Amino acid sequence: MTTGTTANGGLGRDEAERPDRWAAGVLPYKQMGYWRPDYEAQETDVIAVFRITPQPGVDPEEAGAAVAGESSTATWTVVWTDRLTDHSRYQAKCFRVDPVPGNPEQYLAYIAYDLDLFEEGSIANLTSSIIGNVFGFKALKALRLEDLRIPVAYVKTFDGPPHGIVAEREMLNKYGRPLIGCTVKPKLGLSARNYGRVVYEGLRGGLDFTKDDENINSQPFMRWRERFLYCMEAVARAEERTGEIKGHYMNVTAASMEEMYERADFAKELGSIVVMIDLTVGFTAMTSMSRWARRNGVLLHLHRAGHSTYTRQKSHGVSFRVLAKWCRLLGVDHLHAGTVVGKLEGDPASVGGYYDILRDDHIGVDPTRGIYFDQDWASMPGVMPVASGGIHAGQTHQLLHYLGEDCVLQFGGGTIGHPMGIASGAEANRVAVEAVIKARNEGRDVLAEGEEILRKAADHSPALLAALDTWGSVTFDYQSTDVPDVVATVS
Amino acid sequence: MITQGTFSYLPALTDSEIEAQVRYALGQGWAISIELTDDPHPRNVFWELWGLPMFDVTDAAAVLDEVRACRAAFPHQFVKVSAFDSRKGRETTALSFTVQQPEDPGFRLDRQHGGGRTNRYSLHPYAADRPHGARYGTA
Repeated sequence: MTTGTTANGGLGRDEAERPDRWAAGVLPYKQMGYWRPDYEAQETDVIAVFRITPQPGVDPEEAGAAVAGESSTATWTVVWTDRLTDHSRYQAKCFRVDPVPGNPEQYLAYIAYDLDLFEEGSIANLTSSIIGNVFGFKALKALRLEDLRIPVAYVKTFDGPPHGIVAEREMLNKYGRPLIGCTVKPKLGLSARNYGRVVYEGLRGGLDFTKDDENINSQPFMRWRERFLYCMEAVARAEERTGEIKGHYMNVTAASMEEMYERADFAKELGSIVVMIDLTVGFTAMTSMSRWARRNGVLLHLHRAGHSTYTRQKSHGVSFRVLAKWCRLLGVDHLHAGTVVGKLEGDPASVGGYYDILRDDHIGVDPTRGIYFDQDWASMPGVMPVASGGIHAGQTHQLLHYLGEDCVLQFGGGTIGHPMGIASGAEANRVAVEAVIKARNEGRDVLAEGEEILRKAADHSPALLAALDTWGSVTFDYQSTDVPDVVATVS
Repeated sequence: MITQGTFSYLPALTDSEIEAQVRYALGQGWAISIELTDDPHPRNVFWELWGLPMFDVTDAAAVLDEVRACRAAFPHQFVKVSAFDSRKGRETTALSFTVQQPEDPGFRLDRQHGGGRTNRYSLHPYAADRPHGARYGTA
């Protein structure tokens, strides 16, 4: 905690002590009760940790107090109407400000919010406070919401995933290995009939799921209804060929709720076990679709389209770990959460933390994984994380090592770009996953011996052999922009 | 080719490979169950139990003996080994793989036409045209 003294340092424990607290005019936030270093957070408080970068000359404690104020009751000047309320309860309280090691500009501000500040079961309401006006605040150069402790009392006001990991596996009758999928490519331009061909080949080859991409909605080259008809034909044919349950994530994202409901109802009528939405529809629409999915027994897949606009930069925005918590609360069955080894942003420690947040019932503080708070989910079912973006069969052992077996591995180009065709690409991925799981269960060190295990499995699978020969050496080694401040050291 | 089960894209497991998977499952604290059926429909959830799940068995070799006994008693049925994880928050199957698979004629896909070019699909296992116990040869 910083103990730097300022002109007003130490004040604000109880604003009633200050005779001029209610005089008209502007008062520092610290003196209005928003800086409370003595405050002990309550079990029912929502607690946020923000990474703040104050403007030059702004006291970090005042900056933390300002964030608390602007994300709860305050405005820029004293208002007498506060005195008509039990204002000290409604005020958010910044109770701790720590400097960020190695970064003299930045501080971590811990802020507690009374539960009564938030409407039950409403992510829209929670976010309007916590990431509302405050992100444009002039006194700060940048502001980032790093983590959010959701108290059990608030968790219990949300429905959570319509099905969750356990119910999904029982629905699919698939256990003990990552599920595998593929996004249909090219993303844009295929006719519905050709699109369905890709779905059929992928599913009959060995995939569990195929997927609409985020920007496939209902464009002139392929309207949604045509796509749904051909994709369900493909799903049914693949089930007939394999005797397995298969799904295609029907993207029902549309301009209005009415259209999304219409599309989702049609997918259900055709017998689809899963529909899909994009993050771009917003928290309220996502919640509505979650309720629809629960009511209709259809899995809900969420593609995090657009999240990097605010999750990627470490100095400003919202960490993905917080977005993951909001999505688990409002309730989706699948959420894209990073690959570590693929083409998109994500260092191993942070991504591991996101996966924990989505799947585990209790997550303990772990600075090396970017986890700032204990989080108790109070038995809320877990969300199946989805790894998608530039992954291929040759990385299967690394994917299992980093991500575990409760996830969906989405090989898009890594299926469709296979030299022997889409079904062979699918088969290569399925063989690779099963071979690595089998070896792990036999006690092999799959991270160290992965290449050998895959090569051996390829003895029985020309499709896997071709995949390894095509992509075996492809890696995406770039430095991550968003990594935890604390790095685990090998002892 | 029916490809149900955790290892259906690998060559059929040998007995020692089955034993290794069972040893892993027991090491996780999971209980092993052996189940069989002659209805391979993907939505046939409730296969027949070969006795109760072996909650108190901790010896992989003993499980393998049960697998062999089940296969000998029902040589023309699908047999799978499942492992149950009873931990809070899981309480479900953790691993489930086929250990005997008869030659299967596959499925007929029926399409019932509806309005607006929709189809209602249903899968019919050809084997189900014959009565239980006589679908893949007689024991």
